[in-house]
Amino acid sequence: MPPDSAGSPVSTESMQADARALAAKVIAGERSAIAQALNQVDDNRPAYRERSLTLLDALAETDGGIRIGVTGAPGAGKSTLLDVLVSGLRARDRSVGVLAVDPSSQRTGGALLGDRMRLSSSARDSGVFLRSLAARDALGGLSEVTGPSLDVMSSALDFVFVETVGVGQSEAQVTDLVDTLVFVAQPAAGDLIQFMKAGILEWPDLFFVNKADLGAIATRSATELRAGIDLGNNRDPNRTPPVLCGSARDGVGIEELIDAIEEHSAYLTTSGQAATRRAGGRVARIGQALQTRYGRFGMERLLATGSLEQQIKNLGKMSVDRAIDELGRQIESALGSDNGR
Amino acid sequence: MSSIDSRPERDRPWMFRTYSGHSSAKASNSLYRSNLAKGQTGLSVAFDLPTQTGYDSDHALARGEVGKVGVPVCHIDDMQVLFDEIPLDKMNTSMTINATAAWLLSLYIATAERQGTAPAALRGTTQNDIIKEYLSRGTFVFPPEASMRLTSEIVSYTVDQVPNWNPMNVCSYHLQEAGATPVQEIAFSMANAISILDVVRERPEVSDETLTRVFGRISFFLNAGIRFVEEMCKCRAMNQLWEEIGRERYGITEEKMLRLRYGVQVNSLGLTEAQPENNIIRIALEALGVTLSKRARTRSLQLPAWNEALGLPRPWDQQLSLRTQQIMAYETDLLEYGDIFDGSHVVEAKTKELLEEARAELNRVLDMGGAVTAIENAYMKQKLVESHTDRIRAIEAGELTVVGVNAYEEGVDSPLVEEGSGSILKVDESAEREQIASLEAFRSRRNDDEAKRALKVVEDAIKNGDNIMPSSIEAAKAGVTTGEWSQLLRDIFGEYRAPTGVVATPTATASDEVSAVRGRVDGVSDQLGRRLKILVGKPGLDGHSNGAEQIAVKARDVGMEVVYDGIRLTPQEIVQSAQDEGVHVIGLSILSGSHGVLVTDVVDQLRAAGLGNIPVVVGGIIPDDDARKLEEAGVSRVYTPKDFDLTRIMDEIVDVVSESNAA
Repeated sequence: MPPDSAGSPVSTESMQADARALAAKVIAGERSAIAQALNQVDDNRPAYRERSLTLLDALAETDGGIRIGVTGAPGAGKSTLLDVLVSGLRARDRSVGVLAVDPSSQRTGGALLGDRMRLSSSARDSGVFLRSLAARDALGGLSEVTGPSLDVMSSALDFVFVETVGVGQSEAQVTDLVDTLVFVAQPAAGDLIQFMKAGILEWPDLFFVNKADLGAIATRSATELRAGIDLGNNRDPNRTPPVLCGSARDGVGIEELIDAIEEHSAYLTTSGQAATRRAGGRVARIGQALQTRYGRFGMERLLATGSLEQQIKNLGKMSVDRAIDELGRQIESALGSDNGR
Repeated sequence: MSSIDSRPERDRPWMFRTYSGHSSAKASNSLYRSNLAKGQTGLSVAFDLPTQTGYDSDHALARGEVGKVGVPVCHIDDMQVLFDEIPLDKMNTSMTINATAAWLLSLYIATAERQGTAPAALRGTTQNDIIKEYLSRGTFVFPPEASMRLTSEIVSYTVDQVPNWNPMNVCSYHLQEAGATPVQEIAFSMANAISILDVVRERPEVSDETLTRVFGRISFFLNAGIRFVEEMCKCRAMNQLWEEIGRERYGITEEKMLRLRYGVQVNSLGLTEAQPENNIIRIALEALGVTLSKRARTRSLQLPAWNEALGLPRPWDQQLSLRTQQIMAYETDLLEYGDIFDGSHVVEAKTKELLEEARAELNRVLDMGGAVTAIENAYMKQKLVESHTDRIRAIEAGELTVVGVNAYEEGVDSPLVEEGSGSILKVDESAEREQIASLEAFRSRRNDDEAKRALKVVEDAIKNGDNIMPSSIEAAKAGVTTGEWSQLLRDIFGEYRAPTGVVATPTATASDEVSAVRGRVDGVSDQLGRRLKILVGKPGLDGHSNGAEQIAVKARDVGMEVVYDGIRLTPQEIVQSAQDEGVHVIGLSILSGSHGVLVTDVVDQLRAAGLGNIPVVVGGIIPDDDARKLEEAGVSRVYTPKDFDLTRIMDEIVDVVSESNAA
């Protein structure tokens, strides 16, 4: 039984009741509750795991707001774009959350999180909630707590952005977490070819060529991107992702981008993809976490009894994190019986 | 010894100045007049932070800052009181003003006209160097492009209308305070000057002949550290490089216009809180570095006060600094010789070495697109943060000797700072209230319609691309306030946040002490359930972010997750950030002397938000009495300049977090 903050033991029941009460406050959009919930889902002490799972289960009851990933090479102007996007959404009276991920030192675990400064014009707004996250030991750029943090924020806010640094593994990973992925491209960065090679152009639902004030170079980059996407193997084969141009610094093309984000969200709902994407993302998150914890060997033991999708379905309605723990226990007992033989 | 009669004719001494101003225009005016009576030969006006960042004294962000680090000037009557009985046609006035330079110069010109002095008769300097504000001093307001436009308009206006004015004082001073090496100081300040000259050259009204005069009017403001031989060589190298730039880049041929003209304030970074009387000697030696060589002698000199690291200096402390200059100029034989280093191959070799390295670094910055680009991509900032980190590491490791700090610490207590000696100046806490009352009285006696109309003319000038000076001078006369003029520009140009340069700073190799603290951070993080997270920020308007940046970098290096919230924060914003980010501790840095109000506000508002369990540590120039009061108000630790060992500070922060989370 974990101690409460005063050090006296509390019952599991009362802890669960507290967690459910906190979830209700999060859903109601209470700022201090969102902060507290984010702290709790980040708590890695085993004694507090049940508290965090109860909270996430309760939050999983709601669909929550729209989740948007913003990705692109360093220097492409992601933070500047995010800053004006957030202001633009606020002007449309939407509440907005931002989860900003910065790298951690692999050596010391320390991290400098500078986004609160970079998003200064929007971060002070009472309708905006910003949490900085360190990437911790995740080389791909997203720490394990990103998913649950997003679950907390999106159950309280209309729009939640995840900003990731760099390109590479994190695109595929962030895709599992969001409804819409926006790729910010820098004109003539010379990395378009690299992105195509890496298959990164397959994931985004929207492209934004920033720094359009550079003129012809930006137009050419947009053209190249459009051509590149046609060649690609898109996530959604029925929809060619739009390529927009603008300038985050000068506030050009931002309204169009917000329109495109809202349109994509409406499209997901009408096409029925909203539900399938989230379900797919859920399976991917659970699979990835289990793979990290138990390796291929453990996964094989689990899949021997049926597909991952089926087993997740069998668990019934619960949060991603509880599903991970439940299936993890099944793997552990399967591995345990192996050892016993 | 030669007889007094046979001594050679002496050179005219440099101009003696003291950077000063506090509380109110009236109090500062009487200080200026008493300084002039003591033999000071020029004025150097310190404005308070609200004035420097374009806020009237009654703005929310001005709270606690009014009259603290300088004088508040909200309107023409303030300016008139400031120079009461000081004839501006005879005075040489240096104004440390940057983002709002065009406005304060307008107020100065309007005041001169009220005194019956034509603009053409005015002599003095507006600092007007925005790039170093982004890099170090932090009183920027507008984005780089708009700032460069404002600077260039002041330059092109004064070159014809106020021809004896130095419209821009390119500051390498603050770069050294931010940690710059001599090479960086030379290279970055030259890049900075080039960036503005390039803009001025493009203005349609600027002919080749005008450009020559503009080049001749650009002055520099240098720093002089304790390594005074190298500092002297630095000045000689800058002389050469400036002439080279004038000839090669701008085609200037007139010898007189090619001469580097500069003023100096000697180093504050190296002044210590421990054994503060040692600073008297440091200051004198630093002053030697910029006066010894005739060829590289400063035109004007400001010496800080020996007790600057303790708090605000008193008139007596400033008098000692002035006397130091007078002894150098009038008692010693310094001014009786030509350049005493001409022909010294040692000095020549050192100068050449600095010149070559600086030229290479300058070219690197120019190749990436010049100073503005190197601000936006944080190159220069990052380099400065690295140099500063290196300096602090060297002091911690004892590789760089600082007497009384990391060597020869044992000594008898100084009678200068003993209990009850009143060794610093206390700003009258009623100053802010009185200033606000006088501002309100001014607003009610002025003609509002006239002020509004005048402001509209400024707006039209900006939007039409006209020079901002003529309409601003008229607005000054019409009673427009500092806050109104600045808000208009904020609305048109927007506000800017400069990149911090801390994020990309490489992690230093760990000493044993650092490794030990890392272990403790890991341990406490395990107990907390997540990695120790700290918020670092600066409340109020003080933009000197070097200290806060060093704390942020060090906290990261010992393994903490650091939310760096930057400068110019209200207590409410700090509390909100602390809550949203879920931090375990808050570190505040504040150098402007407004810690009493602002830090107490943060602690109170944390409690009100139910976050009273988040400990607060504070660093800054905080006198002992104030530190005690802050601790009584609930602050966990107070650090002052004598606490140079950042690793030890981190260790204590771990203690603080651990204590506040203990069951």
